[in-house]
Amino acid sequence: MSRRLSEVFAQTKSADRAALIGYLPAGFPTPDASIELMNAMIDAGVDAIEVGLPYSDPLMDGADIQFAVDAALSAGTTTDVVLDVVRRLDGERAAILVMSYWNPIERYGVERFAVALAAAGGNGVITPDLTPEEAGPWLAATKANEIDRIFLVAPSSTDDRIVTVVKNTSGFVYAASTMGVTGARSQVGAGAQGLVARARLATDLPIAVGLGVSTGAQAHEVAAYSDGVIVGSAFVRCIRQAVDLPAALAAVRTLAGELAEGVNRRAG
Amino acid sequence: MTTVSTAAVSGHYGPYGGRFVPEALTAALDELDAAFRSAIVDPSFIDRLTELERSYTGRPSPLTRADRFAAHCGGARVYLKREDLNHTGSHKINNAIGQALLTQRMGKTRMIAETGAGQHGVATATAAALLGLECTVFMGEEDTRRQALNVVRMQLLGAEVFSVTAGSRTLKDAINEAMRDWVSTVERTHYVLGTVTGPAPFPEIVRYFQSVVGREARKQIQEAEGRLPDAVIACVGGGSNAMGLFSGFIDDPSVQLRGYEAGGDGVETGRHAARFAAGSPGVLHGTRTYVMQDEWGQTIASHSISAGLDYPGVGPEHSWLHDTGRATYEPINDAEAMEAFALLSRTEGIIPAIETAHALAGAMRVGRELGSDAVLLLNLSGRGDKDVATAARWFGIGAPEGIEISEGR
Ligand SMILES: Cc1ncc(COP(=O)(O)O)c(C=O)c1O
Repeated sequence: MSRRLSEVFAQTKSADRAALIGYLPAGFPTPDASIELMNAMIDAGVDAIEVGLPYSDPLMDGADIQFAVDAALSAGTTTDVVLDVVRRLDGERAAILVMSYWNPIERYGVERFAVALAAAGGNGVITPDLTPEEAGPWLAATKANEIDRIFLVAPSSTDDRIVTVVKNTSGFVYAASTMGVTGARSQVGAGAQGLVARARLATDLPIAVGLGVSTGAQAHEVAAYSDGVIVGSAFVRCIRQAVDLPAALAAVRTLAGELAEGVNRRAG
Repeated sequence: MTTVSTAAVSGHYGPYGGRFVPEALTAALDELDAAFRSAIVDPSFIDRLTELERSYTGRPSPLTRADRFAAHCGGARVYLKREDLNHTGSHKINNAIGQALLTQRMGKTRMIAETGAGQHGVATATAAALLGLECTVFMGEEDTRRQALNVVRMQLLGAEVFSVTAGSRTLKDAINEAMRDWVSTVERTHYVLGTVTGPAPFPEIVRYFQSVVGREARKQIQEAEGRLPDAVIACVGGGSNAMGLFSGFIDDPSVQLRGYEAGGDGVETGRHAARFAAGSPGVLHGTRTYVMQDEWGQTIASHSISAGLDYPGVGPEHSWLHDTGRATYEPINDAEAMEAFALLSRTEGIIPAIETAHALAGAMRVGRELGSDAVLLLNLSGRGDKDVATAARWFGIGAPEGIEISEGR
C-alpha cells in the first residue's frame, strides 16, 4: 500500500471535504498537452490525478472518452509514454494514479509494470476490467512495489461480492454510481448512495464515487456521503470543445475549481 | 489428452478463458451461469430445445458425401455436415435458440447481439421473433455494407440494427458496443454472444448449444463409414462451428481436429485474421486467449474477405487446444478460400458461405496430405446467399442486363 493515497484522504477528511479525483487520458490531445492539462487540474485543486492509459477497445467508456483515447493513440501514446507522463506530473501536490484496462498491463508484464510505475512516482492503479478472481499476479506485484490497487464495486454487486472486492483493494474503493459506461450525466445514479452505504459495512477504506459526475453541484451532493468524487468525461468534454490549448487549459481550470468548491462539505 | 476434454474448470481452459469484465457485469454473468446450469438438467428445458431443433431449425442436418469435390482433395472421402440447410442458413441458429430460451428462463424481455457476417444477428432476430422478445443487433458499419442482405433480413424480422462506426467498424467494435449496451440495460437484457468467446460462462454455453453438430455428425459418419473420420475440419472465426463439431471427437485421439482461420491478403502482408499464426496470448472482450495485438497490447485490426472470420480474437478453448497440440490451426488466404468457394459451387451444386469456404480450402490441403484412404468430415457451417455480391465482384461476374447487384463497397 502506498502512503500517498492515505495521506490524501486523511487531509481531505480533516478539512471536511471529499477528495477530488480528476481523470484524463495520457496523450490527449498530445502527450505534452496532456501533462499541461493535468498539472492545471492540480493547480485548480484536484487532489489526485487519474492518468488514463489509452486502449484500443475501451468497453467501459462512453463517446467522450472513446474519442479522447483514439486521439491519444493516434498521437503515439504508448505505455512508455504514459509512464513518462506520470513521471512529469506534479506528484508533490497530488496523488498520481493510472487507470488501465488489463491487456496493456499484462502485455507490458505485470511485475515490470508495477516496478516501472513505482519508479515513475505513480501511487496506484485502477483496473476497470479486472476483478480480484483474475488478479493473482497483480496482487503480488502491487504489494511488492507499494502501489495501491483499486477495484470497483457496482450497484449490481451483491454484499458477498463487495466483501471479496474490498478485501483485495487498497487505497480506496471505486464505487461506480450507475450501471453504465463513463459519460457526463444530468443526474448521478440514484443507487450510488446506497452502494456507498453497503460498501461501508464491509470496509474502513475510503470510498470514492465515479461515473456521471460533471458539475460542482453534483460533486457537492456526492461529497455528502462519500470520501472522494471522480470526474472524467466532463474534463474531456471541455477540452474537446475548446478551440486551442490555452482555451482548454482555462476551461479545465474553471471546471476543476468549481468541482473543488463542490467537494467542500461546508460550502454551499 | 483427457485434461483437454474436461473443458472449463471454473471458466478456464488451462491459462485461457476467465472473466475480464467490469464488476457491474459480474452479477449478470453469475445469474446466467446459474440459469444455464439449472436449465441443462431440467427435462422440460431440454425437451423444448430438442423440439425446436427438430420442428423449427430442421435438425438433424444431413451429412452429404461430396465425391466430385473430393476429387480435388487428394481423392479422400469427404463428408459435409450440412449446417447450411438449417433455418436461417447457418449453424448460428443452434446457439441463438438455446440462448433465447435461457433469456426467457431468466425472465428477461430483450436480447442484444453482435454480428459480423450477419448470420448470428439474423439467427438472434429470428429467435426473438419466435419467442416474442425485443432484439437489437450491433454490426460494424463496414459489415453492414458487405452483408447488406442480412441487414434487411434482421429488419424484416423486427430487430433494430445499430451500425457501429467506432474503430475498425467490424465485429470487434460491434462487440464493444454490445457490451456497453449490456452494462446499461442488464436488468432486462440478455446479451446473446454469438461465438465461443467472451467472459465465462459464454464459451461453455455456446459450445453446449453447438455440440449438437458434433453429436449428430459422429453418429452419421459411423453409419456411413462404419468408422470415425481421420480428420474433422472447420473454419474458425470466434470458433463456434468448429467447437460444435470438435466437441464430438475431442476424446477420440485418432481423429485430427483441424481449424482454418482467415489469412486475408496473406499472413506476411499483415492484413489477415490469423490469430494463431501471428497473434499472441492476451485479453480481449473478457477472456484470455490468442489475440492480434501490438507490442503494447493494443488490438490490431483484422482483415478478411469474410466478415464472419474478420475478428482479432478467438475462443479460449481453441487457444488451449492449440497449445496442447490437440488441434491444429492454419491460415487460408482470401484467394484460396474463393477458389474453394467456386469449386464447391460447381462440383456439388452447393454455394457455401465465404467463412465456410476457408474450411473447404483446408479440406483440399488435408486430403492431399492424408491421401485417398482418408475420411474427412467438414462442417459446412453456412450457405452463401449473403455473399453473392462479394463473390460476383471477386470473380468479375457482371449481372445480366437489367439486373442490379447493388450492395457492396
Ligand atoms: C457461416 C458461418 N460460418 C462460420 C462463421 C464464424 O463463426 P464461428 O467461428 O463462431 O463459427 C460465421 C460467422 O458469422 C458464419 O456466418
